[in-house]
Amino acid sequence: MEKDISTNSLFRSLDWITILLYVALVLVGWFSIMGATYNFGDPISLDFSAKIGKQMLWIGLAWICAFSILKIDDKIYDTFSNFIYICMMALLLITPFIASRHRGSMSWIDLGPFNMQPAEFAKTATALALSKLMGTYGFNITKGKHFLQACAIVFIPVILIIMQRETGSALVYLSFFLAFYREGMSGSILFVGMAAVVYFVVGLRYDELAMDHMNTSVGAFVVMVLIWLFTVILDLIYDSNKKHARIMFLGGTVLLAAGYAVSFFIVVFDLSWILLGICVGCILYLVFQSFRNRLPRLLFVAAFCVGSMAMHYSTDYVFNHIMEPHQQSRVRVLLGLEHDYNGAGYNVRQSEIAIGSGGIFGKGFLNGTQTKLKYVPEQDTDFIFCTIGEEWGFFGSSLVLLVFLVFILRLIHVAERQKFAMYRIYGYCVVGIFIFHLFINIGMVIGLTPVIGIPLPFFSYGGSSLWGFTFLLFIFLRMDAGRNRNNG
Amino acid sequence: MSHFNYDNRRYVIGGIAVVIVAIYILRLLVLQIMSDDYKKNADSNAFLKKIQYPARGLIYDRNGHLLVYNEPAYNIMVVMNEQHGVDTIDFCRTIGISRQQYIDRMAEIKDSRLNPGYSRYTPQLFVSQISARKFSYLQEKMFKFKGFSIEKRAMRHYATPYAAHVLGDVAEVSQTDIEKDDYYRSGDYIGKLGIEKAYEQELRGEKGIKIMLRDVRGRNKGHYQDGKYDRVPIPGKNLTLGIDRELQVLGERLMRGKKGSIVAIEPSTGEVLCMVSAPTFSPDELVGPDRGKNFQKLQASPHKPLLNRAIMGQYPPGSTFKTTQGLVFLQEQIVSTATCYPCYHGFYKGRTHVGCHGHRSPVALNYALETSCNSYFCWGFYNMIMSKKKYGTYSNALTKWKDYMVSMGFGYRLGIDLPGEKRGMIPNAAYYDKWYKSRWNGLTIISDAIGQGEVMLTPLQVANLGATIANRGYYYVPHVVKSIEGGNLDTLYTTRKYTMVESKNYLPVVAGMRNAVLSGTCKGANIPGLEVCGKTGTAENRGHDHSVFMGFAPMNAPKIAISVYIENGGFGAEFAVPAGALMIEQYLCGHLSEASERKAEQFANRFISYDGKRY
Repeated sequence: MEKDISTNSLFRSLDWITILLYVALVLVGWFSIMGATYNFGDPISLDFSAKIGKQMLWIGLAWICAFSILKIDDKIYDTFSNFIYICMMALLLITPFIASRHRGSMSWIDLGPFNMQPAEFAKTATALALSKLMGTYGFNITKGKHFLQACAIVFIPVILIIMQRETGSALVYLSFFLAFYREGMSGSILFVGMAAVVYFVVGLRYDELAMDHMNTSVGAFVVMVLIWLFTVILDLIYDSNKKHARIMFLGGTVLLAAGYAVSFFIVVFDLSWILLGICVGCILYLVFQSFRNRLPRLLFVAAFCVGSMAMHYSTDYVFNHIMEPHQQSRVRVLLGLEHDYNGAGYNVRQSEIAIGSGGIFGKGFLNGTQTKLKYVPEQDTDFIFCTIGEEWGFFGSSLVLLVFLVFILRLIHVAERQKFAMYRIYGYCVVGIFIFHLFINIGMVIGLTPVIGIPLPFFSYGGSSLWGFTFLLFIFLRMDAGRNRNNG
Repeated sequence: MSHFNYDNRRYVIGGIAVVIVAIYILRLLVLQIMSDDYKKNADSNAFLKKIQYPARGLIYDRNGHLLVYNEPAYNIMVVMNEQHGVDTIDFCRTIGISRQQYIDRMAEIKDSRLNPGYSRYTPQLFVSQISARKFSYLQEKMFKFKGFSIEKRAMRHYATPYAAHVLGDVAEVSQTDIEKDDYYRSGDYIGKLGIEKAYEQELRGEKGIKIMLRDVRGRNKGHYQDGKYDRVPIPGKNLTLGIDRELQVLGERLMRGKKGSIVAIEPSTGEVLCMVSAPTFSPDELVGPDRGKNFQKLQASPHKPLLNRAIMGQYPPGSTFKTTQGLVFLQEQIVSTATCYPCYHGFYKGRTHVGCHGHRSPVALNYALETSCNSYFCWGFYNMIMSKKKYGTYSNALTKWKDYMVSMGFGYRLGIDLPGEKRGMIPNAAYYDKWYKSRWNGLTIISDAIGQGEVMLTPLQVANLGATIANRGYYYVPHVVKSIEGGNLDTLYTTRKYTMVESKNYLPVVAGMRNAVLSGTCKGANIPGLEVCGKTGTAENRGHDHSVFMGFAPMNAPKIAISVYIENGGFGAEFAVPAGALMIEQYLCGHLSEASERKAEQFANRFISYDGKRY
């Protein structure tokens, strides 16, 4: 075994599939920015004063960085991860004081010819510190003390970034819970957490939308259906007797269909009452079965259902009865509900129109009218996917989504083949961050998730974001490239 | 602890990613493929939607004279992105603005706070409503001004400068109009006052739309799908008014230099023949680019020219109200035509005294109307309210009395087809209970009997009273619009409304009003050959009394009922009667005799000073 790995063998053991996908995404991203910023009739300019020229510069520099990272020994991450984390936190702490104000956010540091957003790099530092901690021998996430330590590492940057008024970037740190889950955190925590987020977002986002011909709010209906289905799924997982889940599912389906028919043909009423009945029925049924068959786990499922309903009704109550109108308005804007012309609702509507107008094959490169006519604000940063949707249509945009999916699945595969726990955990941190960005960014552009201003990796215009993701990814690739060394 | 147990969790995490991407692809499928092609593209900028504005309905008088019509006006539009290399000096000179105005206007257009829908790629309003003359200069040079274009819109024009209050005006929609009715877009016109507002739905028509295809450079590529989705505009409906142009003109001429109102109604239909409110203004002042300035000026004037006194002015009716009292007394059998009341220079009861002028005593109804005797009507009213035997309480008696008044069209809006009508005031028992803490009787409120006290009517209600008496007991709700082209009037205006007084009881009142003209207080209204019936009024108020006349003619088969109110004009006979007589003559004869013409000219030149000044 050699101490120094030769450049040759390093490059041989690099995961070229990931790199290929990365290069593809970055290049498609660059063309999208060209589409988004191009003006009809103007010559395409690659000079560095235009965005397209600048982005080319960022890409070039990013690749130089990537190359440098690959040249650095991966052991430094094990040694210096805490040091990097502490330095990064210190930088985040002082950022608001030295930041140049940029549309209400205090996260940008002015560095002469360009601005830098330290929050984009803090993700990498946090992922390193977190994987170092969790990779330590004897670390067990299911132990309360260890879990709290891990949470501390995650929530310190969250607080610092919220202080910079970048709530969106702070939310990204929730993605580390995916890594926690992989390392043994109870799945129910992840499940309950995700369910809570879904109830909250769906319930409020679609609260005022009524179903066709029904006196029922879409938000309430969908949330109640989800609660019921989640309960059935949980029962399937925790209950050896599949009959229980089947009874709850079939009983609920029959009741719902009957209620729908009554509402449609006889008298219109609020279907969420039927769903409330179904959920209460499920709870009673589970409690009854739990005592009869001595299955205490069913009580947990019942508790989930009770908790879900409590969550749903309390959100509704808190929002409609406790919050002041201006607070409601803020939450609504956060969820993309407020349709003021300068607000988020406008962006989403315009972006849906732009994507919708793309049709199957799109309007062709540089031929998108919606995005060209500047109807979609921030079309080169947060709303960049909209340009893809308009110019490349359903095929192009689906293809981009699929490439991202393959990229993420490949990263999972690479993470799983790590021998060091730390490297695997770091890999899952990377995976989580990419999933979260993809979920929120594209979700908001196609009008499914609230508008939270975070970039689409490799696509959105801007050096900080591109470099941040490049660092994040190539550190992992470097870790992976060293995997053969320890084979002995 | 081994990690082995958790190896399978990779599939859960991978599964999450797969589910997210699958949902998003489904969503893209819905957005991009399954949604309707047209709907999807309708909001797209590849489609240039050109709105086709319908012509607003025309307005005629009852004899077919055109009153309101449309003339083209021109808006100059600019597309910022295409506006390059324009010779601004030449441009400014052509449309008559200064270079500074040009720069300011451009800055305004670009300011997204002042101009929320701003886009560099769509036409923005640069100047609105330039005259046809400027337009023709500009048209020739248009090729030189790249990025500028002209949008043709119709502007309201008025054939005569009369009847501004009735006709009303149109102006650009306000933000609240847009919110109330999504037919309107910013920059559309809407009726703001008068029948332009009341008949907005009929007059406006229905906008059409042309959907043009644009290529990526914004160039026009013709109709989308050969105009399959285009809609032709439907022009607005024309209106014919009940207004007689000549009568209106005479009315406005007579009211020159005075404040007040003249309203004439055709009793057999309820059509308003003229509606004069003085001071007035020219309807032309409220169209075109100076509208805002003129409107503010009119609004600020202390004489309130924008107020339509005919329906918004509430005055004590004075002695014209005595006719209604006679009718109630007869119907309630408080009096018969033979009943006489004493009048020794007035009405004396307890410590209450209502004065009257000298005439013989005792008086019966006919003579009481002829001489306008206060005492007679006070006694009648007193006997009615105090008749506990008949009504039980004073309150019941007054309620009965109030019901009669309401049945004659008082105390509530009549429902004329003009916005802003006021309801006037008929006091009821509850009102007095509150005011006098329930300690009131027939004497306390005696002045209601002679049209003073708390009673308030609009000039329209007084004219309608004339119509009701002319019809001997019924009226049609007065309305300005006689017919709508291709439409029907609201049934409100075609249904008779009967009062609570029987027709036979109207006859003595008609006779009394006839005698007032022949030998009583209305002698000035006696026009030989025309059987005029009338009643004067002198409405007391804080300043100099208002001069009032209410009448109709001819006595049998009446064609016109009229009310004249002249603020601070003194005795009814002094101002209101001669004006009423001239109006009746004009309408019934179609013109004024030479002598009457001289009288009219003289009358028109009489001014009443308000606060020591003419206005």
